[in-house]
Amino acid sequence: MLKPIHDQGDALLPTSTASLSASLNPQAATRARSTRRKLLKLSASVIGASSLAAPFVSRAQNKPIKIGMPTILSGRVAMLGISSSNAAKMEVEKFNAAGGLNGRPIELVIRDSKGQPQEAARVARELVTADGCELLLDAEASSGAFAVHEVARDLGVLVMHTNSETSALTADPKLRVPTAFRSARQGIHDAVVGGAYAAQVAKEKGLRRWMSVSPDYAYGRDTTAEFLEYLKYFNKDIEVTGQVWPKLFQADYSEIITRLLQGKPQAIYSALWGGDLTSFMDQANIYALFKDRQFFAVNMADYAVLTAVKSVPANLHSGNRYLRSFPNTAANHQWSDAYAAKFKELPLNWSWENAVGMQLLIAAMRKANSTDSKKMAEVLRGLSIDSPFGAEGKITMRAEDHTVINYAVGWGALATKEPYMANPVAGSWKQILELEAAWKKSKGWA
Amino acid sequence: MDINALFECLASASCVVTQASTGLIVGALLFLVAAGLTLIFGVLKVINFAHGSFYMLGAYVALTAYRTTESYLIATLAAGLGVAFFAVVFERFFMRKVYGTDVLMQLLVCYAFILILDDAVKIIWGAEFQSLGMPEAFQRPPLMIGGGIIPVFYLYLMLAAALIAALLWFVLTKTRLGKVVRAAAHNPTMTSLLGINTSLVYAAVFALGGLLAGLAGGLAAPVRSMSPGMGFSILIESFIVTVIGGMGSVSGALLGALLIGMLRSFGSIGFPLFVEGIMFLGMGLVLILKPSGLLGKEPR
Repeated sequence: MLKPIHDQGDALLPTSTASLSASLNPQAATRARSTRRKLLKLSASVIGASSLAAPFVSRAQNKPIKIGMPTILSGRVAMLGISSSNAAKMEVEKFNAAGGLNGRPIELVIRDSKGQPQEAARVARELVTADGCELLLDAEASSGAFAVHEVARDLGVLVMHTNSETSALTADPKLRVPTAFRSARQGIHDAVVGGAYAAQVAKEKGLRRWMSVSPDYAYGRDTTAEFLEYLKYFNKDIEVTGQVWPKLFQADYSEIITRLLQGKPQAIYSALWGGDLTSFMDQANIYALFKDRQFFAVNMADYAVLTAVKSVPANLHSGNRYLRSFPNTAANHQWSDAYAAKFKELPLNWSWENAVGMQLLIAAMRKANSTDSKKMAEVLRGLSIDSPFGAEGKITMRAEDHTVINYAVGWGALATKEPYMANPVAGSWKQILELEAAWKKSKGWA
Repeated sequence: MDINALFECLASASCVVTQASTGLIVGALLFLVAAGLTLIFGVLKVINFAHGSFYMLGAYVALTAYRTTESYLIATLAAGLGVAFFAVVFERFFMRKVYGTDVLMQLLVCYAFILILDDAVKIIWGAEFQSLGMPEAFQRPPLMIGGGIIPVFYLYLMLAAALIAALLWFVLTKTRLGKVVRAAAHNPTMTSLLGINTSLVYAAVFALGGLLAGLAGGLAAPVRSMSPGMGFSILIESFIVTVIGGMGSVSGALLGALLIGMLRSFGSIGFPLFVEGIMFLGMGLVLILKPSGLLGKEPR
C-alpha cells in the first residue's frame, strides 16, 4: 500500500526536529509537516528549475543565427544558386570556425525558388516567419529580388541582395527599404566602364555602325540602353543601326544571327549571359558573324561561359564578371583557389557577390554585436570591409543608397586561355560615381 | 515594325537565301521534336508533356557519347537509341498505368518526370551549362550561295532532318509496322480484336517518339548549350507546331514546323518585336477557323 504523500515527505527529512516537535504538540506537528512539504516542493522546484535553466541559458547563448537564403537551385539557372550558396557557405564556415558571434554559429537555411518571383517571395516570408531566420541573404535573380525586397519591407527584416544587378533596386528612392542592401555589382557601373572602354576601342578601330543583341527582359533592355548611352556619350560618332531581342532561354538564335548579318554592323554589343550567351556564340561562329567584327559581351568573362564556349573568336571584349586574375592580387588568387579546391569547380560572378554579401553581414553583426536587423542596418550604412574583390582591396556599402561601390570593375579584350583577360582596363571609380550621380539626377532619383 | 526592311530583304537574293535557309533549319529541328509529340498523341491520345525532357536527355547522352568516342555520328545515334530505350521504360512502367485516366493524372506523371529528369541531369552532368562544341568536320567557313550565307553544319542538319522525315514517312506508310500504328490510331479496339498486340504498338510508338526527340537533341547539341530544364522552351514551340499542323498529324507537324521556321526567320527582319506574338496569333487563328489543325482530321 502506498504511503500518504506527507509520510513519504517526512521520511525524506532529517528525523530530529520533526519527530521531536510532533511528540510534544500534534498541531505543531501538523504545521511542521505542512512547512516541510512546502520546503520540499520549493527545493524540488528550485533544483528542477536550475537543472532545466542551465542548459536553457547555454542553448540560448549557442543558438544558431539563422540566415535564410532564397535562391534558384533548379531549372536552367540552377548554376546561380549553386555558385551563390557555395560562396556563402565558405564564409559561414570561416565565421563558425572562428567562434561565431559570442559563441553563436551561423546556420544557412537555403531554399529553392525555382526562379519564380512569387515563389521567391513565399520562400523568403516562410524563412523568416516559419523557419525563424533573423536575416536574409537574397541570392535571387532580379525578378525574384524585387519580390523579396517587398517581403523585407513588410517584415522589417534585414536583407542583403547578392545577385540582382538591376540599378533601380537600390537607386530608385521610391523602392528604398531601410533594412535592404545590395552586395551585387550594379548595371549602371558596368555601363559607364563598358561605355568608356568600348568608345575608346571604337575610336582606335573606326567602329561607327553598332547593333545590339540582348535578352528581351528588364535586365537585358536596361543594361543595353545604359551601355549604349555611355558609348555614345564617350564617342559621338557612334550610330546604333539596329537592335535585336531574343527571348530569355531561346534555343535557336539562327534568325537573330542572320538579322545581325543583314544589318552589317562593325561592332555588336550583347547582354546575353550564361547558357544563352554560349549558344549564341556557338551558333554565330558557324555563320562567321564575328569575322571582321568586334563583339562586346558584358557577361563573357565568367568561367562558366569561357570554359563552355568551344571556339572563342578573336575581336572579343568583355566586362570582368569574375576572374582569378582581376584584381590580380594574392588575396583574390587565394580565395579563388580555396573555392576551386573545395567545390571542384571555378567560382563565378555570383560567387564573389555572395561572398561579399556574407562578409558584410558578418562584419555588421560583429560591429553591432547583435543580429537585430535595425541595429545591423545602422552599422551597414557606410561600412567598409577588406575584400579580395575590392578595386583597392576594400569594398564599401554606400550609405545613401545601400549598394556596394569600389569593387573591381573593368573591361578588356579576351583570350582563350587563363588569364583570359591579359590587359584589363580597370574602371575609374571617380568617373563612375560622377556619371552615376548625373544619371540619377536625370532619372529624378537624386 | 519594319515592313520596308522586309520588302528590301525579299527583293534581295542574298537575304532571301540566308533567311529561307534559316527558316528551314529552325523548322527542321522543331519538326523532329514535334513529330514525336504528335505521333504519340495520334496513337495513344496522350499528350506527352515530358517530351521536351526527352530532347534534353538526347542532348546529354550525345555529349557523353561524343566525349567518349569523339564521333558525332555515334553521338547522335546513341542519343536517338538511348532516349528510345528510356521512352519504352517510361511507357511500360509509368504512362501505361494512366492510359484512359483523367488528363490531369497524365499531366502529373509527365510533370513528375520533368522534375526527376532535370534533377537526374543535374546529378549526372552537373548544373552548369555545357556545350558539345562543333565537330571538326564542320569547322569551316559558311557556304555562300546566291550571295546568301548557309553554314555547312546547318546544311548537314537539314539533310539529316530530311532523311529522318523521309524514313518516318516510309515507315508509317509503307511498312507493316506503320500500318499497324495507323490502325491503332484509327481504331485501337478493332486493331486489338484482330489479334494485334496493341500494348506492344504503344511501346513502339513511344520508342519512335523518343528516338525522334533524342535525335533532335543529339543533332542540335553542337550549337545549343545544355542545361537542366532546357527541354521546356522546345516543348512550348513543339506544342504550337502540333496545334497549327493538327494534333496527331505527322505531315501537319512538318508543315507547322516549316511555317514557324519561316515566320521566325523573315519575321525577325520585318517585325522583330512581334514574332512570338504572330506565332501565338497564328495558333489562335487556326484554333478558331480549323480547330483540328491545318492537316488534322476533323473529329468524328
